Amino acid sequence: MSAALITSLTVFLLAAFLGFELIRRVPTLLHTPLMSGTNAISGIVIVGAILVGGASGATTIEGAISFVAIVLATINVVGGFLVTDRMLGMFRRRRSENE
Amino acid sequence: MIAALSQNTVNLAYLGAAVCFILGIRMLSSPRTARLGNVLSAVGMVVAVVFTLTLATVDRYAFVFGAIAVGTAMGAVGARTVRMTAMPQMVALLNGAGGGAAAGVAIAEFHRLTRVGDPPGDTATAIVASTVLGGLTLSGSVVAFAKLQELIRGRPIVFPGQQVVNALVFVASVALAFVAALADSTALLGLGFAVAVVFGILFVLPIGGADMPVVIALLNAFSGLGGVGAGFVLDNNALIVGGALVGASGTLLTLVMAKAMNRSVANVLFGAFGQIPTSLGEQGAVEGMVRATTPHDVAVQLTYARKVIIVPGYGMAVAQAQHDIGALADLLEDLGVEVKYAIHPVAGRMPGHMNVLLAEAQVPYSQLYEMERINPEFPQADVALVIGANDVTNPAALTEPGSPIYGMPIIEVHEAASVVVLKRSMNPGFAGIDNALYVDPKTTMLFGDARESVLHIISAMKEQ
Repeated sequence: MSAALITSLTVFLLAAFLGFELIRRVPTLLHTPLMSGTNAISGIVIVGAILVGGASGATTIEGAISFVAIVLATINVVGGFLVTDRMLGMFRRRRSENE
Repeated sequence: MIAALSQNTVNLAYLGAAVCFILGIRMLSSPRTARLGNVLSAVGMVVAVVFTLTLATVDRYAFVFGAIAVGTAMGAVGARTVRMTAMPQMVALLNGAGGGAAAGVAIAEFHRLTRVGDPPGDTATAIVASTVLGGLTLSGSVVAFAKLQELIRGRPIVFPGQQVVNALVFVASVALAFVAALADSTALLGLGFAVAVVFGILFVLPIGGADMPVVIALLNAFSGLGGVGAGFVLDNNALIVGGALVGASGTLLTLVMAKAMNRSVANVLFGAFGQIPTSLGEQGAVEGMVRATTPHDVAVQLTYARKVIIVPGYGMAVAQAQHDIGALADLLEDLGVEVKYAIHPVAGRMPGHMNVLLAEAQVPYSQLYEMERINPEFPQADVALVIGANDVTNPAALTEPGSPIYGMPIIEVHEAASVVVLKRSMNPGFAGIDNALYVDPKTTMLFGDARESVLHIISAMKEQ
């Protein structure tokens, strides 16, 4: 196993444990925005797609697959953050708020 | 176009993005800070993308911006136009997009690695995981979407030997991807991806519509883990951290949902709930008298109550009744009646769905109560108003060891002084289980479309 892979595993496990601790604190009230918001975060694969498809040496097949991947990841990012914002904008504590 | 920054600088930016994601999720722990937290996560994403574009190796800007423009248009239109009732479908599609993107990155990078003579070596497992998880998330999410949108029937689709077939297809996709990774063949990897897509369809088809909250949460986790796999392949910490956070979130929500149904995740995924009601004919049927009531009687009952607890279910969303229920609750509060909402964790079609629907109807979240917090209050409630909820109020879950839902935590409406159930007709609920609540002497039923019933109650109240 390479040093890089061990570092990756370390980062992954620490982030996963941190994720569990963070998400345990999210109230059920916000579970739907949590899902759509984390969905947007999973769109971070857009970075990977840009690295592969945006490189000058990319072949046609790599370009085609990466293009689809960038489109899908962008849908995830833009759709996820916007719809989460839209939902969270509706939550109000009192009846009179924002009216 | 932009001065090329070193890989180290970009890696630092990725670290910054990861911190934004973590703080953003942290701020989701309260509705007061949640919106800002979401913005912070989005900032992290922009930082990660912009710094990636500064790398010297990335120079096909027209290509990248073209793809981003297409995705932005589609995502923005979807996010702006989707109805809150359709949020589970939206999240299902977003899951699928995330999974598909992760698989795409893994396959394209694999092609590049083999082309430049630098085969993946010890990240072969990550390539396989990313390709298979991404593929099954993509198609499974589309099937979940189709079920939720009722393009295909929500009831479980089952056939003999299904689980053996599914297991074989899954093993085939993993095996193909592994062989591909060892043989440096992108074509074979693509075939493994295609078989994983087939598996995703087979995997979700037998799962019933009422179990979709668990499926969506699980696919959410898979889309995150697919991203983690891509991060391993690219040795990119932004992908690993982002994916791990999503994987943790999806996993935790999957467990929460399954617990709320008192079933193991395995039972939800492989149990084909639809098979249970067939054996219910003899033991599940409840004997007794159902008492129908009128909107006028309900209006009087509510007006003279001190405390009313509203129990909304998916039927409320189907009837689009949430806004009128909010109006009814406002009327009652003006009369000095205490109104609270009892939210079962699996009410709706995804985790937390009911809260969003009520928030949209301008119901303040201080009135929304989780099951554990509201149940002790039912003995003091004069009226429990059940709207479009069935199984989550069924006392058989507490009293009938033979019932398929026995042990499931329920909203204990039967503890209230009186119960009013708004229901379309006397058909059993989704799981095909008759509800003893409906023949309880203190229960009255108001039959009809939930929204029309609520409107009738409101006009009867105004006439008084």
